Amino acid sequence: MTVGSTKFETLRLEGVKRDFGTFNALRGLDLTIARGEFVALLGPSGCGKTTALNCIAGLLDVTGGRIMLDDTRIDTIRTEERGFGMVFQNYALFPHMTVRRNVGFGLKMRGVPRAEIDRRVEQVIATVRLQGQADKLPGQLSGGQQQRVAIARAIVIEPPLVLMDEPLSNLDAKLRLEMRGEIRRIHQSLGSTTIYVTHDQEEALSLADRIVVLRDGAIRQVGRPDELYAAPAHLDVADFMGYRNRIPGRVTAQDGGRVTISVGETAALIGRPCDGLVDGPAIAMIRPDDLEPTDAAIGIPATVETIEYRGREFHGLARTIANQELHFRSSVSVGRGETIRLGADPARVLIYPGATP
Amino acid sequence: MTDRGPTLTQRLRARGLDGVTLLVLPCVLAIIALFIYPFLYGLWLSFQPKDGTTMGNYDRFFREPFLYKTIWTTLKISIPVTILNLLLAVPIAFRVRLMKHQRLLTTILVLPITLGTVLVAEGMLFYFGPQGWFSRTVMALGLMDHAPSITHGYWGVFLSLLITGFPFTFLLTLSYVTGIEPALEQAAATLGAGPAARFREIFLPLLLPGLAITFCLSFVQAYSVLPSAILVGDPANTTRVISIAAYQAAFEDYDYSLASAIAMIMGAVQLVVVAAILGARTLVYRGPVAAAKG
Repeated sequence: MTVGSTKFETLRLEGVKRDFGTFNALRGLDLTIARGEFVALLGPSGCGKTTALNCIAGLLDVTGGRIMLDDTRIDTIRTEERGFGMVFQNYALFPHMTVRRNVGFGLKMRGVPRAEIDRRVEQVIATVRLQGQADKLPGQLSGGQQQRVAIARAIVIEPPLVLMDEPLSNLDAKLRLEMRGEIRRIHQSLGSTTIYVTHDQEEALSLADRIVVLRDGAIRQVGRPDELYAAPAHLDVADFMGYRNRIPGRVTAQDGGRVTISVGETAALIGRPCDGLVDGPAIAMIRPDDLEPTDAAIGIPATVETIEYRGREFHGLARTIANQELHFRSSVSVGRGETIRLGADPARVLIYPGATP
Repeated sequence: MTDRGPTLTQRLRARGLDGVTLLVLPCVLAIIALFIYPFLYGLWLSFQPKDGTTMGNYDRFFREPFLYKTIWTTLKISIPVTILNLLLAVPIAFRVRLMKHQRLLTTILVLPITLGTVLVAEGMLFYFGPQGWFSRTVMALGLMDHAPSITHGYWGVFLSLLITGFPFTFLLTLSYVTGIEPALEQAAATLGAGPAARFREIFLPLLLPGLAITFCLSFVQAYSVLPSAILVGDPANTTRVISIAAYQAAFEDYDYSLASAIAMIMGAVQLVVVAAILGARTLVYRGPVAAAKG
């Protein structure tokens, strides 16, 4: 009997550390995950998210801290005794086994009777919509189908915890969107606790109940997708959440919920102070969707370099005199080489403490 | 020029024939001169026995125990050596694949290959011979009251072939073992497979085709054991392998025709073993051993 075959209430990471020689891939991770939650570990490559997942799965030993499943310490037991389902980035399907045998492998290892294996495999193959492919080898399947076999293989053992390591990164854009829906559907129908590793903020936002943003082996922010989207706690989180425009300035006025910063000689931006900003140098973060041409005199002057039509509106790239690139949105076309002023709704401008401009 | 579709050159190129193809010619010539012609000549010669019949040599070979028994003698040495080499190579390769200083170890292991059979046999004569360290240590420890007879017998040849054959078998096996995608083992572990089950269900089926090839190549190497059979063996008796019979026919009896026939039989036996192994190989999965394409 594996540890994971029992239901649990919480999975707790307590100061989990992992070093590779002198490199600290994880610097003391504290995280509690409740049963049934869908948690995304989000961060740029090298942030430690896959290391964290491998530590939970038992594929890597932790070098400090511990991992608890309710009252059982699991970081000291072997992978095969943890009983968590895992979906690998390259799927890791057994190339010499048919889809049916791949999916049934975990049940066979658990000594489930033949008839029951057949029944459950049939059922899960239907869940991932692979009927008719069951007797093919993985090499005969498309990327999307392989991905579904990998998911089926992980969930057929009814694991209390499903771990997914960038499962969509090898698929093309259209399939990725489709499989995203599929993963959400499967999660909702089974209610299994899922930890999902990704570097794609959109994927994390659309799938997860809770997002954990990692950077350099440490947690930067944990929150619901809407919280992270609207109020990233730190500059780097904002950067990662799609605030592409990064405008340096200096605080000139502070008024409760609003702060004004000067940008260059003439321009200024008003926005929400974040991350304990009080005074001094600051950096304004604005999404391309929120930065628009304005008539206001304080708008940031910039010269339009490219403008592309995106259906309902235009997306443009402009350059300031300080040689700063700005991505903006416009409802009307603006000519290339034209100088415009750009501004944003103060509610949409996040201002963080920053280095000198 | 009228428009008649692709030119001859283009059509040839589409079938993989172009100027570069000519580079294969020297190689083909060498193979014809050094392999195909001698082979065909030997085949022809084997049907020209001294007694004037056609099948005389073959007839004689299979009538005289002194000759036909060499087949069994040869197989009795080469097959166990090959199997033992594989049995040693697989677990060691499994351990080595996880090591950091793989290259150093590989270099050390390649050395016996470069030394060649003769040098190894000579070393063995000194080490395992009656006055060698091994024998003296055994006697000094009182384990035996006379020097163990390892050299000049079956075990001498066995050991010599094991030493010279192992690096080759090991390096081939290592390349097959490391070619298996590590994520497959991890996936099996997450699904509840312990080390034994992972080996049985994942590694072994994926390794079998490669091990079959390794077996064939190692077997062929061990099969044509002439120097060690003479140097550290008992070439008149227990290690009178088939190549010795051919050598004696050719250079002691000056019966080139019989020698050719023996060589042909030697080749045929070897072919039967290799064909049997490769035939069995078609029964197992032979596709890619990494995870399927993404």
